[in-house]
Amino acid sequence: MYFFDPHIHMAARTTDDFRAMAKAGCVVVGEPAFWMGYNRSGTSSFYDYFRQLTEWEPKRAGNYGIRHFCWVGINAKEAEDVGFSREVIALLPEFLERPNCLGIGEIGLHKCTRNEVTTLLELVELGMKTDEQLLFHTPHLEDKYKGTRMILDVLRADSRVNRRRVCIDHCEEHTIRPVLEEGYWAGITLYPTTKATPERAADMVEIYGPERMLVNSSADWGPSDPLAVAEFMFAMHRRGHGESLIRRLVYDNPLEFFSQSRNFQFTPPE
Amino acid sequence: MKTPLGATEVLDREFLEIRARLIDIAAALDRIDRAEGPVGGDPRLERIRQALQILAGATPHRAEGVQSLFSLPYQDDWRKDYGL
Repeated sequence: MYFFDPHIHMAARTTDDFRAMAKAGCVVVGEPAFWMGYNRSGTSSFYDYFRQLTEWEPKRAGNYGIRHFCWVGINAKEAEDVGFSREVIALLPEFLERPNCLGIGEIGLHKCTRNEVTTLLELVELGMKTDEQLLFHTPHLEDKYKGTRMILDVLRADSRVNRRRVCIDHCEEHTIRPVLEEGYWAGITLYPTTKATPERAADMVEIYGPERMLVNSSADWGPSDPLAVAEFMFAMHRRGHGESLIRRLVYDNPLEFFSQSRNFQFTPPE
Repeated sequence: MKTPLGATEVLDREFLEIRARLIDIAAALDRIDRAEGPVGGDPRLERIRQALQILAGATPHRAEGVQSLFSLPYQDDWRKDYGL
């Protein structure tokens, strides 16, 4: 079965991973801009990173028959420096017009500070001005619930936001309910120790149903698995769920979500 | 939507996994006990004990309950505090 990995950081992965993903059935990846494990020293580092996401990574993926799309933005961790963030935000319009760019992401909160919120508001403002889709990172561990609720508060206060064009990612058992109830797409990230496992993701599907639900590996430079979506498919199959439900979660849903971006051009494989 | 498997089938599949994870937790707590230094007042240990009580209870949505236990509180007037 073909599948999308709608959130993965291939810039931190090897070409061998593209090969393994293609062999497993991956046909599309979505790569949000993120924190590379260290704070960048200047805006030129971001400029080069956005070039990597829009120029180099699509070619690398294309060698294995995978379509590569991306999101650009400044991650929550580096967003603490509001002045620096503004300089990065000024770079975004150029890259939002690149043919593989889906919108602004991943943006959000990390430690839920005032500065992070200030940057987030400015990113949302840009997104509303240029009619972008938005992809939100929610915080880790003990900060997740508070940060997710704060992000929902920010979005609820802006009447311009079309909730069907927004994904709140890294949802877990204590945050997925309000995200779905308020009409957003909910991303579930499959990690070995933090976030969710394939089995827990399958549990959330069984509890809340498949509508507006996305499953991703968010594989990056840390402990993570670029084949995690395939592991989720296997977990669902092993429980006895049908092909149509699994396909909806890993192919039809991300296709529907991505298709709302003006730059998403994709011919499904036969 | 329910899991297609019956409860007995789920238990059959999960029993050894659950057993192994419980032993891992027990062994980790023993390891902390064997190590030198005071941690008796560490709030993390109290949270672990509370989490084990959630597991032992009959209330549904245990995973959500444990997640909430390990979460910072949210205050809906945070924007006022931030002056935003």
